[in-house]
Amino acid sequence: MNITGNSQALSNSRAWISKKSDFRISKKAAPWIFLLPALVIFTIYVVYPILDSIWLSFFQWDGIGEKTWVGLDNYSQLLGSKEFRTALINNVIWLVLFMLAPPLGLMIALFLNQQVYGIRMVKALFFFPFVISQVVVGLVFSWFYDPSFGLLNIVISWFGGDSVSILANEQYVTYGIVAAGLWPQIAYCMILYLTGLNNLDPEQLEAARLDGSRGLKMLWYVVLPQLKPATFIAIVVTVIGALRSFDLVATMTAGGPWGSSTVLAYMMYEESIFNYRMGFGASVAVVLFLIMDIYIAYFLWRMIRSEK
Amino acid sequence: MFPQPIAKASFGVNISYRIALPVSIVLWLLPLMAVMATSVRSLADINAGNYWGLPTEWNFVENYTMVFTSTPMAQYMFNSLLITLPSVAGAVALSTLAGFALAKYQFKSNVWLFAMFIGGNFVPFQILMIPVRDLTIQLGIYDTHWALIMFHIAFQTGFCTLFMRNFIVGLPSELIEAARVEGVSEFKIFWFIVLPLVRPALAALSVLVFTFIWNDFFWALVLVQSDEVRPVTAGLSALRGQWLASWQLISAGAIVAALPPVALFFMMQRHFIAGLTLGATKG
Repeated sequence: MNITGNSQALSNSRAWISKKSDFRISKKAAPWIFLLPALVIFTIYVVYPILDSIWLSFFQWDGIGEKTWVGLDNYSQLLGSKEFRTALINNVIWLVLFMLAPPLGLMIALFLNQQVYGIRMVKALFFFPFVISQVVVGLVFSWFYDPSFGLLNIVISWFGGDSVSILANEQYVTYGIVAAGLWPQIAYCMILYLTGLNNLDPEQLEAARLDGSRGLKMLWYVVLPQLKPATFIAIVVTVIGALRSFDLVATMTAGGPWGSSTVLAYMMYEESIFNYRMGFGASVAVVLFLIMDIYIAYFLWRMIRSEK
Repeated sequence: MFPQPIAKASFGVNISYRIALPVSIVLWLLPLMAVMATSVRSLADINAGNYWGLPTEWNFVENYTMVFTSTPMAQYMFNSLLITLPSVAGAVALSTLAGFALAKYQFKSNVWLFAMFIGGNFVPFQILMIPVRDLTIQLGIYDTHWALIMFHIAFQTGFCTLFMRNFIVGLPSELIEAARVEGVSEFKIFWFIVLPLVRPALAALSVLVFTFIWNDFFWALVLVQSDEVRPVTAGLSALRGQWLASWQLISAGAIVAALPPVALFFMMQRHFIAGLTLGATKG
């Protein structure tokens, strides 16, 4: 009795120890257990939908009924679509003009990179547009452009010009929206450069100054090379921001007037949600995705190279 | 320092710099100030076209109260909070685990998984839209807070993992190795050694991701539709269609919608900027 009781206790404690060591995961399995939740949800919500959208772009589908395989039909329709051409051209305009954000951000950063009283507050206020929602930015700029009381037209009338309704004018509308988009984007680039300027190597600057280097020359040959990481990130986020442009188009014009300010991101939304052409919408998304992939691939290539 | 510290320049330059600063702020924020000024005007002023003169009466309290009493703005704000807070917590938790795995363990597919998280974070939303919408409907959470919470957790995990991994890589590996030699389990290493060290990064990341999610507009359009769940961005956009002529209310609403991320930014400025620029100094 006593002996069996003891052995019982012993095996119990053995079981407990082995249980504990079962729970103790090996060093090899550990990273996978840590990664598992993130991988699962990311695969379900991001990786799989990308593949599914590509697959869907070969079908005709109204979102509810049967899907019909149409091969490359959606894509050949795209080629002939006037709306698609407008969207593509507008995306190029966004991309080209958005490239102003890094240099302008750098200019503001250089202007603000001083140590005077209250400068922190000044920097924060300059950064302000990036923090607020693009819906609010769109609202602010619609107000700014308003033909009857908008500030822009008041200024134009001071100079004797006629009032223009930027957002109702097919020629100007995209430029008007891009200008609104640049506002927060410049702020973002500015903050990247301010951080970069903070981390400049003071010895190199001193050495360059002793050699008589100053002003623009010094900026170009000594400072900019050191700001390379900031420039790289600024360009990447600006390109992505330009191609992602949706919020401003949706809030300021909804693609109008007469579809003249649409971009690929907005066209895709419109075709799928309002026109129930899911397959066609997916093909627009795939085109946008392919364009973006060039930049994503370049970014990843640089990153993996620097890791190795 | 570049450019040369202004203190070394002449008195005149110093004075003009200090004058140029506030002037440039006013110019930079002019569109926003116009909206702020409008948000305190009376309807009479707006109808009379008095947009830029002094308001005939200050309607600060009236306009802002009206935003909350005669529109669902309070509901929208509450929805935004209800969506944003769990999303931030979820994304940050998942990505801290994943970031630790990618930063401190060597295994074959490490770099590729890391690349997947980064790449996924850059894709256009539209390529995800239809499948995510279908999935949300199938899960039976379309038009609920969960529709947005689940998506935001998943999507932000990409960016957050990039962020946490880069932060944790910089932590000393000796600490972890020493603990391992002592026989501390991998979970305990994470919990008692890594987690306390990443606390500053968690703060920075949370602040940043809070603004990203709060300001989301696209998914708020795609995954929900009723006033009971709509976050403030989509709500504001809907209200704008309804109050076409009441610019003073729309402006007040816009200011209210922008307030939480702005307040968070001013309170946690250092964390915010540290988060935003983590990639900019190395990379």
